[in-house]
This record gives sequence, C-alpha cells and structure tokens, in this order.
Amino acid sequence: GLFALRLRNTGIQQIRCPCVHLCRVGDRLITFQYFNFLKRMYVTQCNKDLSQQAKPKSNSTVSPFHELQQLDQERKVVCKISPISPVHQSWSETSSRNELRETKSAAETEDSLTPVGAESKEDRQWKEMKLRLDDLPGILARLSKIKLTALVVSTASAGFAMAPVPFELTCFLLASLGTGLASCAANSINQFFEVPFDSNMNRTKNRPLVRGQISPLLAVCFAACCGIPGIVLLTLGVNPLTGALGALNIFLYTCCYTPLKRMSIANTWVGAVVGAIPPVMGWTAATGSLDAGALLLGGILYSWQFPHFNALSWGLREDYSRGGYCMMSVTHPGLCRRVALRHCLALIGLSTVAPVLDITTWTFPIISLPINLYISYLGFRFYRDADRSSSRKLFFCSLWHLPMLLLVMFTCKKSVLEKEDKGDLLGESHDRAMEIRLP
Amino acid sequence: PPAHSHSDWIGPPDKHSNLRPVIFYVPPEESALERRLREARQEAQDSNQRFWARHNRAFRQEKEEFIYSRLKAKGLEMRDESGQKATLSAEEMADFYKDFLSKNFKKHLQYNRDWYKRNFTITFLMGQVALVRALRWLRQRKKNVEQ
Repeated sequence: GLFALRLRNTGIQQIRCPCVHLCRVGDRLITFQYFNFLKRMYVTQCNKDLSQQAKPKSNSTVSPFHELQQLDQERKVVCKISPISPVHQSWSETSSRNELRETKSAAETEDSLTPVGAESKEDRQWKEMKLRLDDLPGILARLSKIKLTALVVSTASAGFAMAPVPFELTCFLLASLGTGLASCAANSINQFFEVPFDSNMNRTKNRPLVRGQISPLLAVCFAACCGIPGIVLLTLGVNPLTGALGALNIFLYTCCYTPLKRMSIANTWVGAVVGAIPPVMGWTAATGSLDAGALLLGGILYSWQFPHFNALSWGLREDYSRGGYCMMSVTHPGLCRRVALRHCLALIGLSTVAPVLDITTWTFPIISLPINLYISYLGFRFYRDADRSSSRKLFFCSLWHLPMLLLVMFTCKKSVLEKEDKGDLLGESHDRAMEIRLP
Repeated sequence: PPAHSHSDWIGPPDKHSNLRPVIFYVPPEESALERRLREARQEAQDSNQRFWARHNRAFRQEKEEFIYSRLKAKGLEMRDESGQKATLSAEEMADFYKDFLSKNFKKHLQYNRDWYKRNFTITFLMGQVALVRALRWLRQRKKNVEQ
C-alpha cells in the first residue's frame, strides 16, 4: 500500500514500466517472489480506490484455484510499453529483494494508470476474432492462470519437501508437472464457465474468453489437453493416489466450487479444500500414502485460506453483490470475520501439532509463534473493526505469512538421517554393551 | 467490421451489460449445422445482453435510491457544500449489498441454469462444426492427392 501512495504522488510522467525485465522476472517460481506478485496485483488496484468501490484485486492465493487477478492484463501492457527511464532499468537489474518489490509495485501501479489510457483505447475498438499463433502462448497463460498455477505447484513442492523420505528428483519433477497441468485444466474450465460473470467484475473483465481472444471450444480442448495428460502422468509416473487426488481436485474446483459460488456461501469451504489438496498431493507423491503429516500440511493450508480469502472478499462486496456471487462477506459479514479469526488461531494449533507427528522439531512451533500470533492479532482486529483497513492488513499479512511459515517448517523439518542416526547410535551402544558383558 | 472480412468481430464492452457484442460472419455457403451454431450464439448473446443490462440498471437505480434514503435519514443532502456527491461508508452500503443479493438470488439461479445450458450447447455445436470442417478438409486433401 505504501508503495502505491508514494508513486501516486510522484506522478505518471516519470514512471514507465521496465517491460521485458518484469515479464521475465514475473515468471519465476521462487517463493519469496510469489508474494511480490500478489502484492503487486493488490497495489495496482489501490489507486482505483474509492469509498466503497475499492477492490483489492489479489484474490490469488497460494493454492486454491481461486480467481486470479488481471496480472495478465498488466503483463500484457508491461510488455508493450518500452522502457525509457534508465533509472528503472537499473531497478530491474538489481537483484535485491526490496528493489525488486519496488520495481514491481512501481511498474504495476503505474501499470494500472497506463492501462486505463492505453488499453481502454484499444478496448474501444472492434477486433477481429481470429486466433493469431504468436498470441496463443500469452492467451493460454492467461487462460490457465499461470501464476496461480505456479503458486499451486509451489505448495505441492512444499508438501513433497516436507515428506520424511529421501528426495527423488524425477518423482519431484513429475509430480510438479502433473500438478501444474491439472491446475491449468481446472482454471481453464473455470474461466469457460464464468464468461458473463467475469465480464461484469472489474477484477476479471480482461480474461481471454471475455475478450473473445479464444473460442470456448479451444478453451475446453486446451483444458482436456492439459488435464488428461496431467492426471495420467500423476497416476502412472508418480502413483495412483496422487493421480486420484489430482482428478478429485479438478472435479471439486470446476464442478463444485465454481457453480457453488453462485448458490451458497459453502463455496468458501469447498475452495479451502481445493487449496489444501496440492500439498497433500506433494506428500503422497513422495511417500505414496496419506499419512497424518499430509493431512496436517493440508490442514495448515486449509486454515490459511480463510483469513486470506475473507479479508480479500471484504473489499469486493459490491462486485460480488451485483454479480450474484454468494460470499460470506456479503451475506453473513459477522460469520466472515469470525471464521477468519478462528482459522488464524487454528494455525497456531496446527503448528504445534507438527512436532507431535514427528514432521518437524519442536523449534517449529516456537519460531512460527510470532508470525502466527501476528496474523491472529490482525485477524482479531479485522473481527473487531470490520473495516477496509483491517481487512487489507490481514490480507497483506496472509501473503507473506504462508511462504514464511512453509519456509520455517522446511528448515525445522525433522531430518530423515537424524532419525536413522539415532537408531544406529542406540544399536551401536547396545552392541558395545553386549560386548563388554560377554567375555 | 470491414465488409471483406471472413471472421467474427468482437466489440468493446457494452455500457449497460459490460458484455462484448459479437458480429457473426455469415459465410456464403453456410451449412445447416453452421447456421444453427450461429443462431445459437446470437440468441445467447441477446439473452445475456438483455439480462445483464436490466440487472445492472436495476442495481444502479436501487443503489441510488438506497443512498438517497439513507442520506435523508441522516439529514444530509445528496451533494455536500463542495458539490461532491455524498457517499456512504462501505459498512452502510453492506446492508444494501446483502439485500440486493438475496432479492436477486432466484433470478440468478435461473440465469445460471440457462447460461450453463446455452454454453454447453454452443460449445458442443462448435465441436461438431469443427469436426465436419476437418473431415471436409481431409477429404479435399485426399482428392487433391489423388488428382
């Protein structure tokens, strides 16, 4: 938010987006960058903020196949505008985290200013509905919500990494690829179903199907071409359990969550399950079985969805109401905030269970306590104040909270070797004891 | 769209419905199947346009009325001293959003069913047309090869 403010004051003229750099940078799957994307998306819409209008755009969550924002739109514009200021070139070249964040926020903030100019002019023209092959990759990327897919794959990787088995690279790659393909398929079908609704919501009105850049038939074919090989890859290349989970997730997202969004608030819970499944898939890919550890990891992601999504949806109430989406923030605002708080607290509980299940050492709940307490505090503020600023704070916090939690979890992972060594040590001392006794 | 074009053209979003209108190309030798597809798409487009234009207009109108009645209850005018339009806070608007959503719930359910049906039909027809065209093209190629 404060980047947005700063840039707003500096004026449009100075800011041009360092195009290509940003495009390339934006594609990397590194965890610490992921929340930058999300923050970027959020920041972009900040200046379109009006009293009730506002829409923090980032609905993109780590795992859930929730709707993503118009990253695509921005990226498209980003790539079109040529970099003019050398200052910004140097910005994009530096690798430091903060600068990267700044660049992105800068690019994205002004990105939202320029699109209003550049794209709206483009928008007002009639376009031929002919598919151009060089546009196709970009269109398909937007159709499959490639960034959200990347986040989903990273949570699956986290699940894989946390499994208490020696790391196998091929299995890891196959699982990640399969999960990615499944996610692409699910997202495409979701967009296929939601064309008129997406057209009416600010966040989603620049999707490929809405703009007629691709035909519905092609979207369905693409989904099939991603989904079927993806699931087959998971079933045959990894294990049938992971394949089944992948298929289940696609089904839950496209056939349960998407239609439910317009029928009942239960959709949020289904969506949370959809988000929780990828790390479980990662775990089962590594171990081949659904252990308590898998369920715990899934549980952590499940609980995380609520503060994240509920805080986000708080600012989207007008669009949801007009679009006919049944969301807690509109129909049951009290419940919305209560559930968010409840699940923030649940995260603390779940983090404590981790060492009990031998997934991490006891340092994990201790180290993660500050961040869990912080998000719970923000959850409480949201519960009590129920206003835009507390919802935004909670949302922003959720963006960095999850990667940090997963990172801490990974560093506190109970090493497989450690367990083996301990076993050996006991065996050795036992043998020695035996030797001493026997003459 | 230019007269010589052989493809459909899509326009900017409509002011009321936010949907983008499509002008469909009518090929000179349109088969019965292709005509069915085009008509289905045209009909879906018109139906969507009608629904959303009416719905959005109702939303805007009811929102204005709500703001007006609330402001009046508070004893304020629609525009303050500087001439700016007075707005209510997000929390006050929340009541309106909740109300509007529940009022239109049945309408949306009906529309959803309708839209899903149309969407599937159109996509299925597209598939059929594509298949027929592909077979025709293959037959043409075979004929050319034989010649």
